Amino acid sequence: MSKALNRRTVLRGMLGGTAVSVALPFLDCFLNSNGTALAATGNELPVVFGSWFQNLGFNPGRWKPATVGANYQNNAEMKVLDPFRERINVISGTKYFLDGRPLETHVSGVQIATMGSLPLGGSSDPSLDTTIADVIGSRTRFKSIEIALSGGRQSLSRRKGGAINPSEPSPAALYTRLFGPEFKDPNSAEFTPDPQVMARRSVLSAISEERKEVMKRVGASDRARLDEYFTSLRQIEQQLEMELRKPAPMAACSIPEKIEQADPGRNVAAVERNNRLFAELLAHAIACGQTRVFNMNFGTQGLRTPGGVRDWHSLTHEEPIDPKLGYQKDVTWFIEFATGTFAKFLTILDSYKEGPGSVLDRTLVLWQTDHGYARTHTMDDLPILTVGSANGRLKTGLHVVATGDPSTRVGLTVQQVMGVPINSWGRLSNETSKPLTDIIA
Amino acid sequence: MGKRRLIGVAMLAALAVTGVALLVTGTDHKISAGPAVTRRLTAEQYRNIVQDVFGADIDLGGRFEPDMRVDGLLAVGASQVSITAAGMEQYDAMGRAVAAQVVDQNHRDMLVPCKPASPAASDEKCAREFLSKVGRLLYRRPLTDKQLLAYVTAASEATRITGDFYRGLSLSLAGMLSSPSFLFVEQIVEPDPEHQGGFRLDDYSVASQLSFFLWNSAPDSMLLSAAAEGELHTRRGLERQVERMMASPRLEQGVRAFFVDQLRFDEFEVLAKDAALFPKFSAQAAADAREQTIKTVLDVVLTRNADYREIFTTRKTFLTPELGAIYQVPIYQDGPNGAPDQWQPYEFPDDDPRGGILTQVAFTALHSPAGRGSPTIRGKAVREIALCQTVPPPPADVSFTEFENNTAHGAATARERLAAHATVPSCAGCHKIIDPIGFALENFDGAGEFRTTENGSPIDASGEVDGIHYEDAGGLGQAIYNNPAAVSCVVDRMSARALGRTPMKEEREWLRTLKAEFEKSGHRLPALMREIALSDALYRVGQPKASPVTRLPPTEAIVTVELLSGASS
Repeated sequence: MSKALNRRTVLRGMLGGTAVSVALPFLDCFLNSNGTALAATGNELPVVFGSWFQNLGFNPGRWKPATVGANYQNNAEMKVLDPFRERINVISGTKYFLDGRPLETHVSGVQIATMGSLPLGGSSDPSLDTTIADVIGSRTRFKSIEIALSGGRQSLSRRKGGAINPSEPSPAALYTRLFGPEFKDPNSAEFTPDPQVMARRSVLSAISEERKEVMKRVGASDRARLDEYFTSLRQIEQQLEMELRKPAPMAACSIPEKIEQADPGRNVAAVERNNRLFAELLAHAIACGQTRVFNMNFGTQGLRTPGGVRDWHSLTHEEPIDPKLGYQKDVTWFIEFATGTFAKFLTILDSYKEGPGSVLDRTLVLWQTDHGYARTHTMDDLPILTVGSANGRLKTGLHVVATGDPSTRVGLTVQQVMGVPINSWGRLSNETSKPLTDIIA
Repeated sequence: MGKRRLIGVAMLAALAVTGVALLVTGTDHKISAGPAVTRRLTAEQYRNIVQDVFGADIDLGGRFEPDMRVDGLLAVGASQVSITAAGMEQYDAMGRAVAAQVVDQNHRDMLVPCKPASPAASDEKCAREFLSKVGRLLYRRPLTDKQLLAYVTAASEATRITGDFYRGLSLSLAGMLSSPSFLFVEQIVEPDPEHQGGFRLDDYSVASQLSFFLWNSAPDSMLLSAAAEGELHTRRGLERQVERMMASPRLEQGVRAFFVDQLRFDEFEVLAKDAALFPKFSAQAAADAREQTIKTVLDVVLTRNADYREIFTTRKTFLTPELGAIYQVPIYQDGPNGAPDQWQPYEFPDDDPRGGILTQVAFTALHSPAGRGSPTIRGKAVREIALCQTVPPPPADVSFTEFENNTAHGAATARERLAAHATVPSCAGCHKIIDPIGFALENFDGAGEFRTTENGSPIDASGEVDGIHYEDAGGLGQAIYNNPAAVSCVVDRMSARALGRTPMKEEREWLRTLKAEFEKSGHRLPALMREIALSDALYRVGQPKASPVTRLPPTEAIVTVELLSGASS
């Protein structure tokens, strides 16, 4: 950024009178100069990261491909992902290590999968989506979008020290957040900076100036929490700064139809509908440059069919194995429903076209689960999937076997290809410095 | 792994040395106080403050960042949470919505104490008057000159940009509502003149400590004035304010907040029942059930100032027509002079299975999965909530074969299905202390409605808790009433709530004194709260932490503690 030209001074002058419309080049000098690709310049569209967390695993023997490497065939429970097979990597054989800590079922696995470690005392490591968002998400209006697909507000996205990014369970509310009155269409010809936004930004910068004083007052343990607060405040300021600039045109951006009402729900019909609505919203939000990181928490724990007495989770423990089939029949119905929902989600991202490619083409989705086999809470031979090449950064269509290795190898790989500057990830036995070189392009 | 352990041991030694040093200073001055804490306002506190400062008709749209429960309480978790970017977005939107209402046509004459010279231009004098008055209540201490100047300047700047005095003022106020000094309750510490080398909360931090404990809201103007006069550091001044606060209607707000937290009623936000299975359990019925239990508790502990333990046995409650349908008693809405009142007092007859909050719809429905009841979940909840005991998680590699067989072979009742627990040694240890509690509540289905059979088989509601056997839910309530753990539970949690953290080992003596006094009072909750509010322990603070440079990096320090606990077990 030019030193001689203070952004605030310019904007102040600009808004001194009535609102004015400005052309892009005028403000170009304020754009981040780190060369992040922008659609308007003809460069490739920037990469997007998404996580999909689906609890309760698969059935042993029914998900893993029979062959290793390229051209694998999907096993029964992944059949529904056939249309994307060439774009999916299946990683099998990895483990979550507890290092002598008690296994908190359905919790420990989630923690290692997302944070690479089990939290100790009040301290926890950040989840990998936030380290990625710190790298790729700071130039968009929203650093990340968290969604709880089956009701509740559970979110697995947490910053260092345990601040949890709240999840949105309602498609209608997410619509308003993304495309409500504060949304600026990147393709509209005229641009009028909103004086209200300008005023808000100047007020917020007054608060940030309290930072030094506050940090001096509080004890060391609270300093990290307040630091997190100020980072979040800065994020709002950046959001406002972005709303004051004419957004770079996004050729494929279109505004979705307004979602009036769609209640969050824990039964399969609500999940099916909301998944569709959320996927559409995310595709539009990505194409319109609003966010580059999303976290979908399938939140399966309480999922039930209407009138079903037992939910999916209870069934994993209480349903007898069908002697003819050799697996729990109702549980398997839910597994297939969930994976089908994931396939539908991918289909929607893929059907949103941006030039020659689709939103899915520049996205990398990491699919993880809490237990390999929920019935007995296994922590090994975990199914993990990556979908998409993220603009060619990953090779795809491979089945990689990493028997006995920590699952964190996948998380490390994903963070590295997204540009997070780390050489190792995880703690204790879950620490690894070995990315999956087989899939890095 | 080996290397890490070694680092751990080295750190352990370092920690031990620091620990000893602290202990020495501590005993030297007879101070055994915990650290200062910085709490994030809970959603309820935010609401209460807005209502107390600006009036009840200010509407708070939007949602808050989720609170976190630590050691049984959100009030303790509040000292450990921060604010994420998405959460900040919500606070920012909420702050603007509140501020816009404060200065709108309907409110400005009442809430803004002056009129600007022109509504289209900035008026620093008027802005200053408003912002300093409101700022003192929101920041819970007078703004410094620097802070006030920043807000006044922000208001002028925003007025200039928008060309509207009130809009400028409201944006500055919104900024205040997004600021760290509002959203976080900081404790500012000063040397304690009465204990050389010791520390205590400063006057305004004492005021906040008191008001968040007793009122679950910020100090009012009178309490802040008492702080300004230094009264809160004198015994007499403190007593005067505590008496005044205990007599205020806001005390109910504080007691209500304690029970909502302790009973985990925040979980109602995500409670859903299957409408096909439980058609009477509507959203309205769920809200009413939650309120019913709170009303029952408030009636015992405040209105009647009765023995706290009666919440587990009382037959007196309040019902709405919605609840009447679930409880199978007709409820008519009548009130004084024919004015309809939703809530009607009701007393269950002596032979009714309902008695005490554990048998009410809120408790039995909240601690059940969406489609049925669960003696295990309910038994665990009774241990954790009424007795403050921790039930370890189930072994992870547990085999459910027995259980599955029982289900497959036509076990009709939960008691029959759960019989498997007794036969598997790794299960029996825990389940024998939780299932029999839950069995007593088996007469209430997944949505809390009375039943005598499950899948056609009669329900046997007998059970046992800590050696006391009983025949039904009423017996369970009486057993909890008589259980000494119920008393220490409420003492421990109430003090944790007041402190904003779990009491430390060194504070056990204080807890023992509180418990003895509580028993002497006949288990009167207001007496306990008064005793806590008047305790030195609430206002003393341990040695401020060393500067970060000399402290251990946090994660390593925690690894150390973990190894320590591993070594001793």
